[in-house]
Amino acid sequence: MSTSSSGPGTATQPPGRGPVRSGSPRTSRTARNHAPITLTGLLVKVVLLGLVAGIAVWAAFPLIEAELWVGLAVLLATTAGLFYLYLTPRHIPVKYLIPGTLFLVAFQIIPVLYTASTAFTNFGDGHRGSKDDAIVAIQSGSVTQVPGSVQYPLTVATKGDPATGALVFLVTDPQTNTVSVGDTEGLRPLDAGSVTVAPGGKVTAADGYQILNFGEASTRSKDITDMVVPTSGGALRSSGLSRAYEGKAVRAYDAGCDCIRDSETGKTWTADGKVGSFVAADGETLAQGWQVNVGLRNFADVLTDPAISGPFFSTLIWNFAFALGSTGFTFLLGMGIALALHSPRMRGTNFYRVLLILPYAMPSFAMLLVWRDMFNTDFGLINNLFGLGVDWFGETWSARLAVLLVQLWLGYPYMFLVTTGALQAIPRELTEATSVDGASPFQSFRAVTMPLLLVAISPLLIASFAYNFNNFNAIQFVTEGGPFPADNPTAGATDLLITYTYRLAFGAQGAEYGLAAAVSIFIFAIVATVSAISFSRTRKQEEVYS
Amino acid sequence: MSTRTEAPVANRNATGRRNRWFAQVGWRHLVGILAVAFSLFPILFVVSAALNPLGTLSSTELVPTGASLENFTNLFERTAFGRWFLNSLLLAGVASFASIFLSALAAYAFSRMRFAGRRVGLLSLLLIQMFPQFLAIVAIFLIFTKVTELWPVIGFNTPWGLFLLYMGAALGANTWLMKGFFDTLPKELDESATMDGASHAQIFFRIMLPLVAPILAVTGLLAFIGSINEFVIANVFLTNTNSKTLAVGMFGLVAGERNNNFGIFAAGTLLTAIPTVLVFQLLQRYIVNGLTAGAVKG
Repeated sequence: MSTSSSGPGTATQPPGRGPVRSGSPRTSRTARNHAPITLTGLLVKVVLLGLVAGIAVWAAFPLIEAELWVGLAVLLATTAGLFYLYLTPRHIPVKYLIPGTLFLVAFQIIPVLYTASTAFTNFGDGHRGSKDDAIVAIQSGSVTQVPGSVQYPLTVATKGDPATGALVFLVTDPQTNTVSVGDTEGLRPLDAGSVTVAPGGKVTAADGYQILNFGEASTRSKDITDMVVPTSGGALRSSGLSRAYEGKAVRAYDAGCDCIRDSETGKTWTADGKVGSFVAADGETLAQGWQVNVGLRNFADVLTDPAISGPFFSTLIWNFAFALGSTGFTFLLGMGIALALHSPRMRGTNFYRVLLILPYAMPSFAMLLVWRDMFNTDFGLINNLFGLGVDWFGETWSARLAVLLVQLWLGYPYMFLVTTGALQAIPRELTEATSVDGASPFQSFRAVTMPLLLVAISPLLIASFAYNFNNFNAIQFVTEGGPFPADNPTAGATDLLITYTYRLAFGAQGAEYGLAAAVSIFIFAIVATVSAISFSRTRKQEEVYS
Repeated sequence: MSTRTEAPVANRNATGRRNRWFAQVGWRHLVGILAVAFSLFPILFVVSAALNPLGTLSSTELVPTGASLENFTNLFERTAFGRWFLNSLLLAGVASFASIFLSALAAYAFSRMRFAGRRVGLLSLLLIQMFPQFLAIVAIFLIFTKVTELWPVIGFNTPWGLFLLYMGAALGANTWLMKGFFDTLPKELDESATMDGASHAQIFFRIMLPLVAPILAVTGLLAFIGSINEFVIANVFLTNTNSKTLAVGMFGLVAGERNNNFGIFAAGTLLTAIPTVLVFQLLQRYIVNGLTAGAVKG
């Protein structure tokens, strides 16, 4: 950051400029504010603002159709703001800042705020929608075929593409012969003129719907089995691909006691607004719940719940070790090689450099996967080459060593590059002077080269630490967080907080978005604190140097 | 100091010279060779796997045992590699170019203008940058589910949605580096241009941009490499085979059939590396300067 303490505008000009400006003291400001309007400038402005207007109009129609008035208002305000900003000669800095800021706000800040607000909820699998959604899901999920259930001839169809479109059931009532279309919203009768019904009640064509043939229906058979169409008396489910039955919901919601009652067993589950679930007297919770605000519970769980805090803290410690190790080892190796090659008598340094930085230019995602295969126990290169039989990813410490080794390979060319650059910026006279004074090369390195090097490199070391602290690819592609302890399949030995979070949110165990968001906030706080402390320390160093 | 020509002494001198040469220069070459070997052996392994006609991991040695282009032809015939390559190149190319331009605009304002909120702006950029975008992946997923409903053109499985996201992440990351470089340009340059009646836009496009071209190239290249390697967001975003990027597509290639697809995968790795390695070698000199210039100035 600039250390200049001078005020805004013209005051930054050196005093030597005085005489030139003395005639009209505000020349420079006026020149900036009333710049000559060039033809190209005007043309570019018209084209770009026209583009903005075009995009705004295009974006507005879906918003109007969906009746999202707040969204429309934001869109209008943004567009009007942009027009005002670029048509007035004022607010010059904002003109340069606003394009990037718009993207930053929309795609970085809003997601971050959204994440922060998610951290205070129980959002996740089973807690996605509202309480009403949960009740519908519980009721229709408990639909079973009872004696006397009505059977319907069924035709499965989709809206749009047969492979991906939303499924609908076309059923014919055996008594009245009316054809109805059913989806997750419910059952609606169809106009008799728009459908063709074969004898026996099977629908063979319907306007606006794609009838699935047998093959198409089989590939989506799981979706068809899971599909539930709520009806007044219960719900419609398929039995096979050509018949449907109207079953009765065994579990029903009772608004009087705010509870779910099972008509077969008589058991009741009462709604608990604090956790967003229906809970029975014996503590049993129904899987289907709803989203509620849980306050600081996710944060508290991370710190105190032994099932979460145990893995969290051991992961945190390894996370620090990994980030420090990745940064430190790469720096030491990179610097060592840079120092070795940095000599006036050295020939061919360019040749070495071209080959040395190849790992940095290779696609890292692919090379991480290659490294994983090189550590393969049975036919991996490392074991074959050195005649070892190490189960690299099976043991905690060998897996950690392997991960650090991969990081070293990927990272040291970068450190080599930046140290080479920084070394070239250190005047040779300094080290020559120390050798005249009788210092050994090692003494002069410690007293002169190293401190100067660190001033130049330490911001990069901090950035590298912050990057590696969240180096998702490095872990996910090499070990996927493993090896996992037998009793906990969610937190492995090489897991970083970020891979752990990802597994919480998208893992096979069921999504826990709220908890994952809380861990994200913790990660952010840790990285921000570490970086802030180290930045303020290097800033002091830098002031000494300059 | 010997002037005699007796054989043993000459030998001793030669040995001494060789020792001194080794102490001063020779060991440096030794370090260099060892480092190059460390750098190259995984790459040699990939080359060997790509040329290996059997194309499996278990049959691949460090040194190529055979040579065939079968893996390369298989790569194009059996997968949508060409499509992924094009997607990645276009997406990373356009996104890094556009984001560098936006960052340069912001860096120019932060470096050359003094305005209310400048310090706060710089500090908040630094802070926001510490919250990596993919930590918010859940939120991004939910937001774009809605966006896909409203505007399918920029939703899931389109390059545009990803493009917008990468642009959002760019400002914080690059503005600091560029501002450091802008600060090193003498202020007198644009002040005298102002005196001559140049507008701020003319100063930016005609004077500043040409002067900072090297740093633009370097940050552009780094942003390009970053986008090519980005996996988490792209993986959530792109599920159609034809819309995938290299990282997502090639990960799918070895996610299941690790051993059998290894040759094809290695061939893909080599082809992916070609554009970056070429540009890297071209810009090498600037990269060293660019990285450290940003560093020294913070």
